[in-house]
This record gives sequence, structure tokens and C-alpha cells, in this order.
Amino acid sequence: MKLNWKELRKTIYIFATEKTVGFTLISIFLGLVVGAIFLTAAGFNPFQAYGIILRGIFSKPSYISYTIIRATPLILTGLSIAFAFKTGLFNIGAEGQFIIGSVVATATGYFLHLPLLIHIPVVIISAVLAAGIWGGLAGYFKAKFGVHEVISTIMLNWVALYFQNFLIYTEGFQKPGGETSYSIQPTANMMILKTWKQSAAGREWLLQHPFWKDLLRTPANWGFIIAIIMAVLVWFVLNKTALGYRLRAVGFNRFAAEYGGINVNKNMIISMFIAGALAGLAGALQVVGVSHKVTLIAAMEGYGFDGIAVALIANSNALGCILAGLLFGALKYGGAKIQPFMQAPSEVVSIVIGSIVFFISIPRLIKLILSRKNKKGGTK
Amino acid sequence: MLKRIITIFVLALFVMSVVSCGQAKKESGLKIAMVTDVGGINDQSFNQSAWEGLKKSEEDFGIAVSYLESTQDADYAPNMETLLDAGNDVIWGIGFKMGDTIKEKALANPDQKYAIIDYAYGDETPVNVVGVVFKEQEPSFLVGYIAGKMTKTNKVGFVGGMKFPLIEKFEYGFKAGVKLANPDAEIFAQYADSFTDAAKGKAIANQMYGKDADIVYHAAGGVGDGVIEAAKEQDKYAIGVDRDQNSLAPEHVITSAMKRVDNAIYNVADLLVKDEFPGGTTVVYGLKEGGVGIAPTSDKLVPAEILEEVEELKAKIISGEIVVPSTPDAYTEWIK
Repeated sequence: MKLNWKELRKTIYIFATEKTVGFTLISIFLGLVVGAIFLTAAGFNPFQAYGIILRGIFSKPSYISYTIIRATPLILTGLSIAFAFKTGLFNIGAEGQFIIGSVVATATGYFLHLPLLIHIPVVIISAVLAAGIWGGLAGYFKAKFGVHEVISTIMLNWVALYFQNFLIYTEGFQKPGGETSYSIQPTANMMILKTWKQSAAGREWLLQHPFWKDLLRTPANWGFIIAIIMAVLVWFVLNKTALGYRLRAVGFNRFAAEYGGINVNKNMIISMFIAGALAGLAGALQVVGVSHKVTLIAAMEGYGFDGIAVALIANSNALGCILAGLLFGALKYGGAKIQPFMQAPSEVVSIVIGSIVFFISIPRLIKLILSRKNKKGGTK
Repeated sequence: MLKRIITIFVLALFVMSVVSCGQAKKESGLKIAMVTDVGGINDQSFNQSAWEGLKKSEEDFGIAVSYLESTQDADYAPNMETLLDAGNDVIWGIGFKMGDTIKEKALANPDQKYAIIDYAYGDETPVNVVGVVFKEQEPSFLVGYIAGKMTKTNKVGFVGGMKFPLIEKFEYGFKAGVKLANPDAEIFAQYADSFTDAAKGKAIANQMYGKDADIVYHAAGGVGDGVIEAAKEQDKYAIGVDRDQNSLAPEHVITSAMKRVDNAIYNVADLLVKDEFPGGTTVVYGLKEGGVGIAPTSDKLVPAEILEEVEELKAKIISGEIVVPSTPDAYTEWIK
């Protein structure tokens, strides 16, 4: 078969430089190439490594489940940052909002005693509200005193971290002799079949049924569905409602928006509230679905910071955050496996992720690489 | 250029799909793997020490070893399962943070052997699990004694990572040792709420030195790097932990309370090779078992007569004549 290279090249060039999706895909591919170069340099077969990663993600139901569980909080923190981006704010505070969400969820999940169907919504809503207020605080500082949100949210991250540690040390909340809080009540649990699969009967049954044993060994829960619903909701609010229009207008040009009669300050607070609420939801879902408790943390866990990369890869598109979150979760989960299976350093995955973000941040470089003109023109 | 990119891309897709269908190669002999806690493999502390122990067993027993790093608490369970699927004979959890996860996985997979550092399940230890704990209070007691003898200002300090029972073992063992050597000594104790924040360790140590303390002991992982840094700058003394930390400041780290995680891991590997894996039990490493001790470099800065007294104390602890307190209550009792 004869390929028309010229035509193809042109199509790819247009696809990669003028279509966001194409550009993102090329960046991801280039990130993988960089990872492959490092693997080769370290003396490992990159195809074998990527094969292990792919198999580590797809070859068992539990792997897919873990990838999704891993991706769920990242989708939401990514959404949080993407939402703020769209409205002209840089929310570095997703980390702290996540912490507030998880600690409030644990507190309401443990201290309140409510019936099954009411408990989970109460836990989630209170966590979301608290984290929203936490985020809104940064918006308020900006609106009222002109404190830049990057500065205030970074500082609020640390306040949140030490607030969580402080609460865990509180008597009645700390599990005696440990460095964790008590676990939430069973009624606030969203993990599928949690009590049953840990019971003697459940264990017995699962030993007979390998497929279900494999699937249920993961903390499978409904969080992913909620994350997808939120992504659609965020997309809808931003693009199809008057509120979203106002928020985006502030993001495009706050002075023009103000001239157009939009209350900029109010919208900044709203925007940070929603961004905080989304990150807080990530924290709440992590607690009710996966961890069921909070632990003393000595350093940031990185859910919020990874969310920045997710938002960048998704180009701040709400629906794109789902895919970017899944990619991120898959790389992080599957990527770790190259260590035990072929003794290759799993840091390569961080290099891949870093490179992807890097390539996405410098669109001009990709254009240069792909540009035919540049090739013919040689060095300038 | 473009042609090349496309060719590589197509090739990559093709090879990847081929490789994906293949199977990982089977290795003969025994396999042991470990999951690090969030400190990571190069933490200058017990994760690193554990990996050194595994590497040594690889050399001596020909065991295939590997590790998996955790970056978040939520990683422990999936990492355990990855290692389970990789077909290991023993899976180690490094650090008490994995206590619940190991137990859950051990009950769900009765045929897999597990082991954990710094966690004791007592009577509830599943038959396929070994818990390994250390008597951290014992070496802390010995370095406390050295500090109590060597202080000129009668003031010494303790910097802990985070306040929970494991680190309190260091604190109260140390305090008891200081008080034995020097009943009048004042002891400052503070927790950094971190195991990584060296700047904070430095600030706390500086504050203690400012209050006239001349020796500070730390049990705080990376925070301790700052403590030692402060000792160097202020020309005061510091005491290291877990590994022999004298090399970090040869003129200022007088001794270190060593916790030989590597020895423990090596011993379990040895038992596994002999087919004597001590499943269902908790193994305790104290001075008696050689699992803890003071650093061999102590003789550089500590006077020989003090070290002789330390040897006597060591013998008394081993014989059971001295029981070193490890909790606040035991310490209050002991002080009387």
C-alpha cells in the first residue's frame, strides 16, 4: 500500500497543533518516549516495562478496580483546579481542601449515629460544605484584602494539615495506641459489601469464587460514579448556566466583566467555594469509600498537587478531567509494578508524568518538532 | 523526523501488544519483597535499613528480592496485592502503619506468608504472619545514660517525630537513662509533628540549645538531620537514631541508638531458607537478641569509663535486672 506521506504529515500537524485533544495525545506519547529513553539508559527494555504496566492495569478485574479507585480522588481534585482555572483563579489549595473534606467526613462518620441511607449523604454534604468554606476563605481574602489565592491557599494547606493532626490527637477521636482516628460507623461506609467480605462466611465463599474474590479484594465503591456525575455537572454549570457564564467572564477578563456589570468579588468567592467543595468531596469519598479513617500525616499526601497535573493534562476541561484522572491513576498504580516484576525503578513513571505535563505546558516546542517548515529551514 | 515518530509509534503499539500477551518469566528459588511506608526507600532510616537487610539476604541466600514504594497510606493495600500477584514467598510490611492492612490481607490469603516491622498482634497473630518489634527503649536508655553523664549544663533534650506509643518508647527510655545517670538533670522533650521536616528539627534543637541544653537526642527520621545540623552549627552534641549517624557530623554525634531492622529482616530470611518461618508469632528484638544497641563509633567521643558503665547496664538489662520503662506510666513508676 502506498501512503501519501505529505498528506498524512499535514493532517497530523493540524491534528497536533490545532486540536487540543491531538496536542494532548502527542504530549502523552512524547512523555512515554522520554520514559522509554530513561528505561533504556538504565538498562531495561522499555517495551517490557510498558507491557508490565499495561498488564498491571488491565489483566485482572481487581487491577481495573484499583486503577479506578486510584483515579477517583484525582478526577475530583483535578476538577476543582480546572474549575478555578476557568474562572481565572489558581487553586493550589486543593490539597488542604481535600484534608478538610476527609477529616470532617471522618468526624461526622464516627460521631454521628444515623440510619444507613441518611448517614452517607450527611457525611458527604457536611464535608463538602466545610471544604467549600475552606476554599471560599481564600476567595474571600482575595476579594476583601487582595491576598493572592496562590499564597493564601498554600498557607491554608498547612493549616489544614496541622488541624487534622490536632483533631486526631483529641481524646475520643484518636484510636488508643495508634496514630489514626477511629473508623467511621458502618452506616457511613460506602465500600461495597465491606462487612460481609471480612466475615468468616464471606471469606469462605470468596475462596470458592476466584473472580469475585479478586474483584472484591479491592475497596470497590461508588465514588467513581459520583466523580463522573460531578464532572458532567461542572461542565454543565460552566457552559450552560448564567452562573457559569459570569464565572468564566471573570476568568477571561475581570475588568471587562466588571464593566459588564458582574460582581467580580462575589464571583471569586463563589468560584473558590465550588473549587473547595469539589476537592472536599474527593476527601470525603476517599474516607467513606476507601480508608474509613484519617491518619496523622507528616507531609502532604499529594492528592491536590496531582490534581494540578490532571487539570493541566485535561486542559481544564471538566470532562477531560475524567480521562486525565484515569490516565494519572493508571500510570501511578500500574507504573509502580515495574519494580517488583522487573526490578526497574518505578520513578520512571514520575518522569513520564512530569514530561507529559512539561510537553503540554510548552505547545510551541511540539509545534517546532512537528513543523515541516522548521525542518527545511534548518537552524535559525 | 515525522516519519520516524510515526514509525516508532506504530512499532511501539505493536510490540507492546505482543509483550502484553506474554508471561512474566518464572524465577527459581525463594522470593521476598517488601512494601515501604510513605517514607520511601531512601529515608536514611528504617525503610532503607530494611532494604539493606533484604539485599544482604539476596547475596547470602540467593533470594530474589524486590520492593514497592508507597506514597500515600491508600497505597498499602494495592501494593500488598501487587506483591501477592508477583508470587513472593514472604511479603514484608515496613512500619506499623501497615498493621491493619497486613492482617486483613493475611486472613484473606491464608497461603501467603507475611511479616511486619514494628507491629505486634499478640495472641491474634494469624498463623501466616510474623510480627517483629524492637525494644527501642533499651538503646534509648543507654544513650540517655551517656547523655546524663556527659552533660555539663545538666540539661538535655529529646526531639520526637510524632507523638504515638512507638516514639514514646524512645522518649521514656531516654529519660529514664538520663535520670539514672544524673537525677538532677532537666530534660526538654518536644515533638516535631513530622518525620521529614529538617528545618523544623533544626529550629527545635536550636531552641533547646538556646535554653542551655548541650546534648539533644532525636527519634524523628528526617527531622533529625536538622537536629544534627543545629548541633554542628552551635558546636553542641547530638545523639543519632536507627542507624549509626556519626558520619553526618563526626565531631558532634556522640553516639546513636541503633535499631537493626536489617538484622531482623535478614534473620527471618535465614529462617525461611531453613524452612522454619516463625508464622503466628511475634519476634521481639532487644539488647539480648542483638536487635538494638549503641553505635560502634561511640568510643570516639564518649569517655571510656562511661562506656564501661554502659556495658554493665547493658548486661543488667540483658539479665532482666533492669526493666527499662517504655510508657509514661511505667516511667512515672520508675522515677520513684
